[in-house]
Amino acid sequence: MDQLLWLIPIVPLLGFLVNGIFGRRLSMPVIKTVAIGSVALSFLWVVKTLFALGVFGAGSPLSAPYVEHYYTWMQSGALNIGVDFAVDRLSAVMLMIVTGVGLLIHIYATSYMEHEGGYYRFFAYLNLFMFFMLVLVLAENFVLLFVGWEGVGLCSYLLISFYFLEKWPTDSGNKAFIVNRIGDFGFSLAMFMIFRQFGSFDFQKVFTAANGMPVEAAYGTLTVICLLLLLGATGKSAQIPLYVWLPDAMAGPTPVSALIHAATMVTAGVYMVARSHVLFLHAPIAMDWVAGIGLATAFFAATIGMTQFDIKKVYAYSTISQLGYMFLGCGVGAFSAGIFHVMTHAFFKALLFLGAGAVIHGIHGEQDMRNMGGLRKFMPIACWTLFAASLAISGVPGTSGFFSKDEILSAAYGRAPWMYWVGVITAGMTAFYVFRAWIMTFFGEYRGHAHPHESPLLMTIPLTILAVLSLLGGFINVPLWLKPLFPEVATQTETLVWISSAAGLIGIALAFLCYMWRPGIPDTITQSARWLYNLVYNKYFVDEAYNATVVEPLVEGSRTVLWRGMDAAVIDGAVNGLGTRSRGIGNVLRLAQSGYIRSYAVWVVFGSIVLLFIVGLAGAR
Amino acid sequence: MLLNLVIWIPLAAFVIGLLLPKNNTQLVRLYTLGVSTLTFLLSLALLAMPKDFSYGSNLPWIDTPNIRYHVGLDGVSLWLVLLTTLLTPICVLISWNYITKRIKEFYIFLLLLEFGLVGVFCALDLFLFFVFWEVSLVPMYFLIGVWGYDRRIYAAVKFFIFTMVGSMMMLVAIIYVYGRTGTFDYLTIMDKLQHGTAGFAGVEQLLLFLGFFLAFAIKVPLWPLHTWLPDAHVEAPTAGSVMLASVMLKMGTYGLLRFCIPMFPTAARTCAPWIVVLAIIGIIYGALVAMVQPNMKKLVAYSSVSHLGFVVLGLFSFTQQGFDGAVYQMLNHGISTGALFILVGFMYERRHSLEIAAYGGVGTPAPNLAVVFAITMLASIGLPTLNNFVGEFLVLQGAAVAQFKWAVFAAIGVILSACYMLWLYQRTFMGKASDEVAHHMYDLKVREWACMVPLILLMVWLGSYAQTFLPSISASNASMLNQSKNTMEMHVRNHGPRTVSVAELIHAR
Repeated sequence: MDQLLWLIPIVPLLGFLVNGIFGRRLSMPVIKTVAIGSVALSFLWVVKTLFALGVFGAGSPLSAPYVEHYYTWMQSGALNIGVDFAVDRLSAVMLMIVTGVGLLIHIYATSYMEHEGGYYRFFAYLNLFMFFMLVLVLAENFVLLFVGWEGVGLCSYLLISFYFLEKWPTDSGNKAFIVNRIGDFGFSLAMFMIFRQFGSFDFQKVFTAANGMPVEAAYGTLTVICLLLLLGATGKSAQIPLYVWLPDAMAGPTPVSALIHAATMVTAGVYMVARSHVLFLHAPIAMDWVAGIGLATAFFAATIGMTQFDIKKVYAYSTISQLGYMFLGCGVGAFSAGIFHVMTHAFFKALLFLGAGAVIHGIHGEQDMRNMGGLRKFMPIACWTLFAASLAISGVPGTSGFFSKDEILSAAYGRAPWMYWVGVITAGMTAFYVFRAWIMTFFGEYRGHAHPHESPLLMTIPLTILAVLSLLGGFINVPLWLKPLFPEVATQTETLVWISSAAGLIGIALAFLCYMWRPGIPDTITQSARWLYNLVYNKYFVDEAYNATVVEPLVEGSRTVLWRGMDAAVIDGAVNGLGTRSRGIGNVLRLAQSGYIRSYAVWVVFGSIVLLFIVGLAGAR
Repeated sequence: MLLNLVIWIPLAAFVIGLLLPKNNTQLVRLYTLGVSTLTFLLSLALLAMPKDFSYGSNLPWIDTPNIRYHVGLDGVSLWLVLLTTLLTPICVLISWNYITKRIKEFYIFLLLLEFGLVGVFCALDLFLFFVFWEVSLVPMYFLIGVWGYDRRIYAAVKFFIFTMVGSMMMLVAIIYVYGRTGTFDYLTIMDKLQHGTAGFAGVEQLLLFLGFFLAFAIKVPLWPLHTWLPDAHVEAPTAGSVMLASVMLKMGTYGLLRFCIPMFPTAARTCAPWIVVLAIIGIIYGALVAMVQPNMKKLVAYSSVSHLGFVVLGLFSFTQQGFDGAVYQMLNHGISTGALFILVGFMYERRHSLEIAAYGGVGTPAPNLAVVFAITMLASIGLPTLNNFVGEFLVLQGAAVAQFKWAVFAAIGVILSACYMLWLYQRTFMGKASDEVAHHMYDLKVREWACMVPLILLMVWLGSYAQTFLPSISASNASMLNQSKNTMEMHVRNHGPRTVSVAELIHAR
């Protein structure tokens, strides 16, 4: 109990309570102080704790998880769920990402949201999110992890629906929550099965027991558990088939997109898979599913990203695609590479969104890139920090994205070369669409009608820090740090590294070619393959398909068949029919109700005799 | 003695209340509030009492047949009594300005209702149980029939007839049990069953089980016996809806837990697969139908069908987790659905409509109402750290231990609950407020805060520190499960391992 881990999440919770309950009466500086201060304290406490645990020292710190028990949450028979926190090498990385990047985004947001209504509400939600995210990372059992998991989902819902006067944000919020609930359906079933199998939810107990089990060649218990966990992960981390909520989640304020829908929450699925790696390693079939879904998502989301015009939508599909890479990494057994990419992605994708936010902020809310252009002159800091982020996500050698993506791709090659090649093509598309966005935003002539301006210092400082991290963050050797945790993956030759880097550079070059040097090319291409372009531009009509096959039938069926049909017509019809008939019987029986005491007395006696007779008969048997 | 006070103070207050002057309405309100608060405070002291039926009263009432006034508490009934005594003063508060006609009668009926409900949960004599069961029916009938909305008479009669059909079956079964065991005393019967000095053979047990079961299933209500509920809720005044949903429905699930399963364990297990199927249909069906309701109260009513399905599922999983979750869910539903009805009542007081379409954008003129509603909604859809999650989780875990596929189907209900609740919230609280909404929807008042704050605190408490409540519930459930197991073993010893299936019953003779 000496590290007081509970302080890490509890401070943001207090921030939430202060701003949430009293926020309407507090002045803006106080709200800011509470919001930033609580996350800063939490960040400092993480650093302090990790220091105390020897993380930054020599030797081999945290070779076993450091656990703290607080209290029993619920106990029922053999089921015992404690509120226990733990820090190990994996959660140490996550803690630094969440509180570090979270702090930067909080600082940025205090300035970004200055002119918005509901200032206190926004920061209350954001602090609440930090609380749940830290619970998720610190949890020492599946159920507590699920608490954080659902909690961040709630905050995501609240923040997507933040502009609740409009319909679109509230629709998007509902969609996010409900789609995530479908994933959580899988997660909770996985937990039930884990309890059935292991009699516990504690990570240590479950993983120790699982280590003693044979690797499953067919669909056994562990495989089913892992597939159910994967369903949960596809919801939270926006993978096929449940990714549809994330693009719509961009309805929320941009700092939310950066913090929740890019840097932290959406990586929770990757974290969970890495956390449960013992289970997954015993279920190779499930691993293949993880890799396959990751790769497919990475590829398809990248194709959509190339066609979008809303700058936040481009980055949203890019997030889905990059999350796909992380799953690919985990699926081919390179868990440390997956987590490495979680970190570098947190840097460059948070930066992409914050930079996009700075642009949108600077041109008064415009998000369509067709109405941007030439902004380099007006907002150089946004321009060049976004450039750094774009380099990183393209995997240009030396940048952070290069290192993590390379780890993933080379591990994928070890699993199956075709996976590597699809990953390389995706890397090329990634480079293409981020630079397409960058060029459309900052080069050429300004096509809008606002008065573009650079953002205030509180916004540009976080951008700059993140730009440095995006470029240099790859030198933080996360794979080495995580090495003791995960099994070794075979590394590949250097040639592969150059091929994937080249793919990124080709993508960048194509973007410059199509959007700077020969601006006519994109139109020619879209004209020559109209149907394909429309298919991709409309996101393969997946939303429409889900609506037509699931949502509409469910609502209409409930209304016409279940409610009006079953409830009103069949069941109530039967009841009312019974009522009418019994009225007829009542008319006969009414004759018995003469109003004479004498006749009632007769009935009572008669009835008693019958009753006694029945009782006697029954007793005699 | 204390328990007797908690039971009888409401009845005494009901009788005295009859003598109060009709015109001094403020006096009547304060009087009812005072009495019910006093009862609640007294009932809190019950927490300190032993929770194994050793605390209570056992006095002769009628000599032949031997009917006793036997009341007692265990870890399950204790919390249900507390739920009742807590909600009664809250119901007084929410009716303060809402009830405008026959004010005195309304409030003293609430006290009579409290008497009946507390009695139901304490009674340990089958006949006494039946008496309380029927007593609670009368005030509710009048609450709906007199203070309800337009179709109140239809709803009240429907409610009464549905329940009476079940009650009659139960009465016959109770008398039959008396005939076979020579006593109405629950503890004695259980003792005899476990020691083999009494027992119910195959078909006999099945019929007795079904007699009790029908009464309880209607009350729960189990699909497809639920159609009285939406009508009763929609027509009932807010306080009526709250008591109906929060406490009266629990009479059914409590009865299943207390009587049906321990007394007729073999039959209960024979029927369990069928009952579970009905419960799961109820979970999904209730949620789907709730989703398409244009009327807020109906929506919440159908959501109750869904939530109560979880309770039945937990009970008929015959696992410790299932039982504990079921009881926990009874309390949770009492608090969160009660709170939802209260909030809908607040909205009706302002806007005079229950139609969802009449709202939209309420969050702007009434932000506090929106926040409180949001918390209640989140509790209702089972967000972890709030109460319903613990109950649903335990129920589903219990079901998964018994039959994994049960958990799979039931968990679909958890997805759907988010659908109907979030959609409701979006259509009522979000968006731009129309002129009418902006004009009528003032924010929460002090009296309304006083109703909601205790409930919200309980949602958080139940949700994040279950160990205040679970140990006593768990202990009582363990003993009930054990009794049920012993009884079944005794049954096997006396009648052989063969059980009678439902199909056989139908084809028998």
